[in-house]
Amino acid sequence: MDHRWNGFLGGAWTERIDVRDFIQRNYTPYEGGAGFLAGATARTKALNEKYLALREQELQKGGVLDIDTEHVSSLLNYGPGYLDKDNELIVGLQTEKPLCRSVNPFGGMRMVLSACRAYGYELSDTVKEEFKYRTTHNDGVFRVYTEQMRKARHTGIITGLPDAYGRGRIIGDYRRVALYGTDALIEWKKRDFAALGKKPMDDENIRLMEEVSRQIDFLGRLCKMAEMYGCDISHPAANAREAIQWTYFAYLAAIKEQNGAAMSLGRVSTFLDIYIERDLRAGTLTEEEAQELMDQFVLKLRMSRQLRTPEYNELFAGDPNWVTESVGGMGEDGRTLVTKNSYRVLNTLYTLLPAPEPNLTVLWSEKLPEPFKRFCAKVSIDTDSIQYENDDLMRPRFGDDYAIACCVSAARIGKEMQFFGARCNFAKLLLLALNGGRDEKSGDQVGPEEPVIGSGPLDYAEVKARFDRYVSWIADLYVNTMNVIHYMHDKYAYEKIQMALHDTNVHRYMSFGMAGLSVTADSLSAIQYARVTPLFDERGLVTDFQVEGEFPCYGNDDDRADDIAKALCHDFITELRKHKTYRNAEHTLSILTITSNVVYGKKTGNTPDGRRAGEPFAPGANPMHGREKSGALASLNSVSKLSYDDCRDGISNTFTVTPGTLGADEGERVQNLVSLLDGYFALDGTHAAHHLNVNVLNRATLEDAMEHPENYPNLTIRVSGYAVNFVRLSRAQQLEVLSRTFHDAM
Amino acid sequence: MGRVHSIETMGALDGPGLRMVVFLQGCPLRCRYCHNPDTWAAQGGEERSAAELAARAARYKRFFGREGGVTFSGGEPLMQAEFVLECVQALHGAGIHCALDTGAGLWNEAAARLFDAVDLVILDVKHSDPAEFRRLTGGDIGTLDQALAHLRATQKPVWARQVIVEGYTQSAEQVCALKEKLAGIHVAKIELLPYHTLGVHKWKALGIPYALEGVKPPSAEEMAALNALVR
Repeated sequence: MDHRWNGFLGGAWTERIDVRDFIQRNYTPYEGGAGFLAGATARTKALNEKYLALREQELQKGGVLDIDTEHVSSLLNYGPGYLDKDNELIVGLQTEKPLCRSVNPFGGMRMVLSACRAYGYELSDTVKEEFKYRTTHNDGVFRVYTEQMRKARHTGIITGLPDAYGRGRIIGDYRRVALYGTDALIEWKKRDFAALGKKPMDDENIRLMEEVSRQIDFLGRLCKMAEMYGCDISHPAANAREAIQWTYFAYLAAIKEQNGAAMSLGRVSTFLDIYIERDLRAGTLTEEEAQELMDQFVLKLRMSRQLRTPEYNELFAGDPNWVTESVGGMGEDGRTLVTKNSYRVLNTLYTLLPAPEPNLTVLWSEKLPEPFKRFCAKVSIDTDSIQYENDDLMRPRFGDDYAIACCVSAARIGKEMQFFGARCNFAKLLLLALNGGRDEKSGDQVGPEEPVIGSGPLDYAEVKARFDRYVSWIADLYVNTMNVIHYMHDKYAYEKIQMALHDTNVHRYMSFGMAGLSVTADSLSAIQYARVTPLFDERGLVTDFQVEGEFPCYGNDDDRADDIAKALCHDFITELRKHKTYRNAEHTLSILTITSNVVYGKKTGNTPDGRRAGEPFAPGANPMHGREKSGALASLNSVSKLSYDDCRDGISNTFTVTPGTLGADEGERVQNLVSLLDGYFALDGTHAAHHLNVNVLNRATLEDAMEHPENYPNLTIRVSGYAVNFVRLSRAQQLEVLSRTFHDAM
Repeated sequence: MGRVHSIETMGALDGPGLRMVVFLQGCPLRCRYCHNPDTWAAQGGEERSAAELAARAARYKRFFGREGGVTFSGGEPLMQAEFVLECVQALHGAGIHCALDTGAGLWNEAAARLFDAVDLVILDVKHSDPAEFRRLTGGDIGTLDQALAHLRATQKPVWARQVIVEGYTQSAEQVCALKEKLAGIHVAKIELLPYHTLGVHKWKALGIPYALEGVKPPSAEEMAALNALVR
């Protein structure tokens, strides 16, 4: 064994790349409480203050501190950069200056040009010149897009597609670099390459061989990038500091290479705990130093920045990168995967103050150690910065070494990747169906032509049959559009370093999405249980509805409405599965909007549930604001009836409760939040909840933060699948957050 | 069948843990600070059966954990004691903890049986002084005294409550009198609740003049001082 592995128990992981095997043989489960945790060191506090001052300047400059317009972002195109070299234990910046953003035109040139201009910069002639002779991902996609694809995209039936920016959602197994070093990783890839060379040279094999050869090239560049910072990562990491630094270098290489929407970290805390434990046992590290290493690592993650356009920010507000780190969970052998380092990473929300990144995601299991459950609940109550996902639901499907990409998308680390596909606006699709394929806003014929629905009260069976035809049509178009996008992304913006940190043969998911679930379910419920009469405008299109009578709404634990929502998901994924995907990816569906529920609402006319044109949808799988009349548990029950097997890419639910409603004092609040999470995630045949964002806050706090943002620089809240700095949201987005249901007992 | 004003599926303040709270219709008292005046009339609400309520609660059992359950509140649940008793029996059959949130605005044989059946009594002691009790609630303190006597005899666990409102209960003497009144009772917890104005709009909507117009809710400091007396 390599001497840097001294003290570790050997096994299959020494013979092949198998990080999970290394973890299982060497980690120390921790069942105790938070009492052991140390605070921040003076050095880290000083470093954090430097960062916070820069962030403040960034905010004052309109959200972007600086842009390096001279270089194209990649691993070796910048010299080393530092925040404060003497005090940094973990080093490495995306460019040569902290918070300075790089340009990355591989996804698309127009986005880069307009982003630079929006913040008062002009892209250098050198870069412009270079890209004159290159095809970007965006160029490729638009060469092939059909008229129908363009129309569906333009009217907003399908939006947010990654056809002009990096698709992201791919998690490299960054831990491999720490465990094996780049030399061994290159060696393994070379063996894979040689094996592929013996196979028949068909399209797929040739493509894969080219990809592997690019992966090998980039592993070499990763090693050189680390050299610029004085580190030799060709061999395994020898101690905790190196393990964290090597892992971070691998992640840094990924965010230098790709401006993906979500660039998630994976599941590194428990892996790193093994190195920390070894150093603690050897007496070469103290608890305070261990926390300091994690603090400095997390501070670096908080400093990651990508250049995006203001329009992009409208979809995904608050400048997120989804540096998602999955924490906790249980092992397949019944031992908890919670370690002391699971506590340390959550503790950074105290040592470095609350912040949206990294996107800390607790993998919740009924069997998690009670002290850890209580600590998580306390962190939620204090910081509103973490989200929860159901490990008991995912572990049987993804094993115990999966991580969350972006908000809610699970994948086995280093073994599975996904083709991200934004979402389809279902509420708008319903209006399109009623109008015989015409867009209710522009009047354009977007979908297959049918007569506009007749006058008089809507007949549920007729509407449903009509809607089903349009669902079937959009499923076909959506799959084919995604195939074009991902073919071109692989061709022109392939993720060399992230895929180098995957097995050569990966399982692929193609992840579709749905927006407007609650609006659509409530609209269909209104048509079925109340009397809904369409109103026509001068073009003869249905643009409004007269609703008489009561109807059940999704979110009240009323099966009549909840079953409609459930069936919408089931029918959609069933239709999607009928169409062949690029590289035989497995179809999945998410009910997740991020913050785009505001934009989707803007693009959608009046709906039969009584929602007015332009009003935001509820985020993700949330029931519509103000329609939950039976309290929080009823609302949670409704959401947990959606089937995870229909929505394998995740079901996002954001839950906001006022502190006073959750309990009379801190002890009660913590215990009640634990009960709430245990209950929500319990699997009982009828319910199988997947995800919960938890906010414990008062509306008044947010209102005050809108008036006096300067007093709330660190106010973090959870929105659909991630966290944001509240003061970085636009006013419209802030108002939308305020309009959502705050569970509040009278 | 019983008359139910509404159901809140997540209550965390009316008894231990997370609870489904059933607000029953009808109340004999007319407390000046009442935040649910819409529950006063005995004839309002919706008719529900005990089986229906038990089935509803069963849907939330997974959230109740070790401590939570169902709380019957109101209104004055003792006005429908027989019905609530039937509910409690059904819930106990399903292994669900039951609490009764009452002001003891009436007392009779059925009320006593209900007290005995529930796992916890949350007793709102409106005032300790008979005259003040009448001024605040419009009712007679006699039924409260009977309820207390029963609790003293049975040693049923009790969470005692009092709403602290300026000009009525907001004084050290009154809080000490409350403690005296609870002597011999198995009190697990005393909660002093600050008067609040969140229910005032309901009075306006119902067209009833609000007697506490202008009364200020106690400050956090004033509450802390009174709470110190019951710790």
